[in-house]
Amino acid sequence: MAESILSLSGVRADIDQYHILHGVDLEVPAGELTVLLGRNGAGKSTTLRTIMGLTTITGGKVRFRGEDITGQPTPRIARKGIAFVPEDMGIFSLLTVRENMVLAAVNGPLDRARLDWVFDLFPPLKKFWDRPAGNLSGGQKQMLAIARAIIEPRELLLVDEPTKGLAPAIINDLAGAFEQLKQQQVTVLLVEQNFNFSRRLGQSAAVMNDGGVVWSGQMTELADNDDLQHELLGLGLGEHQ
Amino acid sequence: MFNRILSGDYPRSRALSALLVLIGVCLALGPFLFPGVRAFSMLGMICVFIIVVASYDLMLGYTHIVSFAHTMFFGIGAYGVAMSTDAFGSGFGAVFIGIGGAVVMSILLSLLLGLLSLRVKAIFFALVTLAVAFAFLSLVTQLYNITGGEDGLAVRSPRELGPAFRPLDSSLPGFSVVDFITGLVGQGSIGQAFNDAVFEVRVSGRHLMYYITFAISLGVFLFLLRMVNSPFGRVLQAIRENEFRAQALGYRTVFYRTAAVIVSAVLATLAGVLFALINRYVNPENTLNFELMVFILLMCVIGGMGTLYGAVVGTAVFLLAQNYLQDLLGLLVSNAEPGSLFAELAGPDRWLLWFGLLFVLSVYFFPAGIVGQLRLWAERRRERKADKTPAASPLKQES
Amino acid sequence: MSAHDEMIGQATPPQGVLARFAAFRENKPHIFLLLLMMAVALLMMDPRTWVLLTISGLAMGAMVFLMASGMTLTFGLMNVLNLAHGAFISLGAFAGASVLLWLSSQASEPSLLINLAAILPALGFALVVAGLLGLVFERLVIKPVYGDHLKQILVTVGGSIIIMELIHVVWGPNEIPVPRPEALTGAFLLPDALPVIGGVALEKYRLIAVVLGLAIYGLMTWIIERTRVGILIRAGVESREMVEVQGYRIRLLFLGVFVAGSALAGLGGAMWAMYREIITAHMGDELMISVIVVIILGGLGSIKGCFYGAVLVGLINLYVGYLEPRLAAVATVGLMVGVLMWRPQGLIPVIKV
Repeated sequence: MAESILSLSGVRADIDQYHILHGVDLEVPAGELTVLLGRNGAGKSTTLRTIMGLTTITGGKVRFRGEDITGQPTPRIARKGIAFVPEDMGIFSLLTVRENMVLAAVNGPLDRARLDWVFDLFPPLKKFWDRPAGNLSGGQKQMLAIARAIIEPRELLLVDEPTKGLAPAIINDLAGAFEQLKQQQVTVLLVEQNFNFSRRLGQSAAVMNDGGVVWSGQMTELADNDDLQHELLGLGLGEHQ
Repeated sequence: MFNRILSGDYPRSRALSALLVLIGVCLALGPFLFPGVRAFSMLGMICVFIIVVASYDLMLGYTHIVSFAHTMFFGIGAYGVAMSTDAFGSGFGAVFIGIGGAVVMSILLSLLLGLLSLRVKAIFFALVTLAVAFAFLSLVTQLYNITGGEDGLAVRSPRELGPAFRPLDSSLPGFSVVDFITGLVGQGSIGQAFNDAVFEVRVSGRHLMYYITFAISLGVFLFLLRMVNSPFGRVLQAIRENEFRAQALGYRTVFYRTAAVIVSAVLATLAGVLFALINRYVNPENTLNFELMVFILLMCVIGGMGTLYGAVVGTAVFLLAQNYLQDLLGLLVSNAEPGSLFAELAGPDRWLLWFGLLFVLSVYFFPAGIVGQLRLWAERRRERKADKTPAASPLKQES
Repeated sequence: MSAHDEMIGQATPPQGVLARFAAFRENKPHIFLLLLMMAVALLMMDPRTWVLLTISGLAMGAMVFLMASGMTLTFGLMNVLNLAHGAFISLGAFAGASVLLWLSSQASEPSLLINLAAILPALGFALVVAGLLGLVFERLVIKPVYGDHLKQILVTVGGSIIIMELIHVVWGPNEIPVPRPEALTGAFLLPDALPVIGGVALEKYRLIAVVLGLAIYGLMTWIIERTRVGILIRAGVESREMVEVQGYRIRLLFLGVFVAGSALAGLGGAMWAMYREIITAHMGDELMISVIVVIILGGLGSIKGCFYGAVLVGLINLYVGYLEPRLAAVATVGLMVGVLMWRPQGLIPVIKV
């Protein structure tokens, strides 16, 4: 297993007065796609948000590339090279696709070459370049959300349930995009409920329950073990979500 | 017995109880403890504004509804009485016609405001009430023929409530505590100081009016205390904490909020009526002014939002400060050069500057207000005492 | 690929006059209301008075727009309710007036060029003073109470009192007359030859106010629509959190917007000072009512809504002020209540409140 680019140790986090995370230990290997699995309410989204600095950390440490980023303000964490695609996609619906992308290019004007690559991955974005992002379909919005995260080279991508509510054809396109990212050695921490999608892309996996990580290891270990899946996720391979 | 009167809502702080008793005694025996017109008029104002501020606390402290239209309802009550005695003479009948008309108008307007809050979110509501109150003020100021415009109206209160009426033939004795103490300090002889402190009180209709006001003020306060500790009051507090959850629990929050606004408005109107009868003169500045609205806000917050006792303490403290702080500042600059920066900053006209500063600082550092802070200290003292007892309670094991 | 290539929200245009009218009323309520108001007013007075009042109303609208634009952006972007905004207006008026009075020799010359040597520093000083106060105010007073609307109301009301009292300390408690610069007094006469409106006198200052207001509206719209900062502001109005996730320090943007808004308020105050030619510390309070009506009417966070709202408020003030002066304030507030009933979010809503 590769070296960890991101590590969480004993992380506790609150949202308002609710304790959501009760000591999360997680190692995310560099250059791989790690899937974070678990039932609803296990704390997966909160873990991503906590890494990003969007929740109140009450204990533990978050380290990125060896540097302690616990409790730092969100913009600073983002600038260190972490991109976040939230569950609700977080696109600015009143802005055009172009404006969304311009904003995402934090370090200057849009890189033509990279933009072409993004258009290759997600053609609708080029087609609806000057239209308000709110007018896009669900799948197109998801493409935009991911495109924003990759328009500038980032070392770590945090993605929260990208396939939620999408048609299989689009899920396929997304999988293709993630494959390309893997080839580029981008580290991805992916929260997913769709086990097939996870199995296809994931190299490492971790399972959460009740605000903590209860299992972590290689994806193949989990994928080949029906009993383990039942125990951790309450389903078997091939079962519909 | 106290439990029923106070509806189970105790001061919960010895210091606060002492303060309230002090204020209560001063108000109850006021005309016989503090000589002079200025003191008498201030006592009346404190009683009137306790009603105003307590009813405002119902909205602000217990339901977190910010409204800037409270002075509007106060003014409706005051002008109602003023206009009806102007039109129908100085009998009690005219007074009650005025009260009736004012209350009806207040109910209608507060209903409108309550319904408006349906359409707009809370933060809009505050601004909308500000605009509506301003429109009302402008209307009153403009309709010179009916309301006397900026000159205002003199209130022809009934003879029995005025200075000419004498219910008692002889006068009653009064004893000025302040004069007694200053006499003691100055001269040292108890007998002499005692004699200086005694003064004559010629009981008139004005005293009658004062005690009517005092009684109503006390009654309204206890009524509000009962209301906020009733099921209705608990729903208001639930709305304050989390309206969405209150709705999810099945409460039609719009009804409750509107009810709070209406009750608050009617009580303010009542206070306006008393103000008109006591002050015997109403004009836009002393009833509808935005500055007055800010004062009400100040009194409520400084006293302590959401406590009702805060209204009593805040009103007393504020009105005393308003009256006597200016004297204090005047003393401070009496030796300073006129026109110098010090004189400008600390002059008696600038009392509002310092009060405003104190207000802002208190919002940051003492957001609970005087009452809230006293209760907090009392609670901490109780906790420290509980820690010292040998038998540890089972709750203490969790940390 | 084409199956999921469609965009949502592409309706066919309505057919028929009635349907198009209803669509116009729905899609462009601001223009609809504006035309309606102007038409009704025209029916109630003779055309010459109408022209005069409309120009005056537009002038007032332009100045109120300056004052209100800062507040709507602050509220829309930062979700901060600053009730001390009126005090910034007053401060700008006093600062500008001071410079103007100090340079009164230049101001009293008939030449416009020489006047500008007094006007521009006055306006500039008003901008700078109000902006600086905005900076201090945001850091000191507002920052500790982000997210708490109740506390914001309380501290900004208190702050407003303090600022106005300080104005009294510095400039004294009395009202101060502000003579208008010489070249801006008087009026242009429309040529007699024009039908209906020939010979009408258009006050110079009012025309200048309208031009300035339009210019600043144009500038603000350009910034918001075309520059990166504008994109950032519009994004921030939608979601502060996501802007931070992208890596932008939105707190700095907040500060910038607040300072700009305060500066504009000061500018509006200074312009109002030369319009009314007299200033008091509490003028900001009275103007705040108009500002509040404008931002609620127009829709929070929307510059376009603010502009149209200000124009509507200016016009209704002048029209009703002529027809029934005692009801001018009531009519303005009544307009707000009426629009709220029709459109609870305002005419051109940007954010969901």
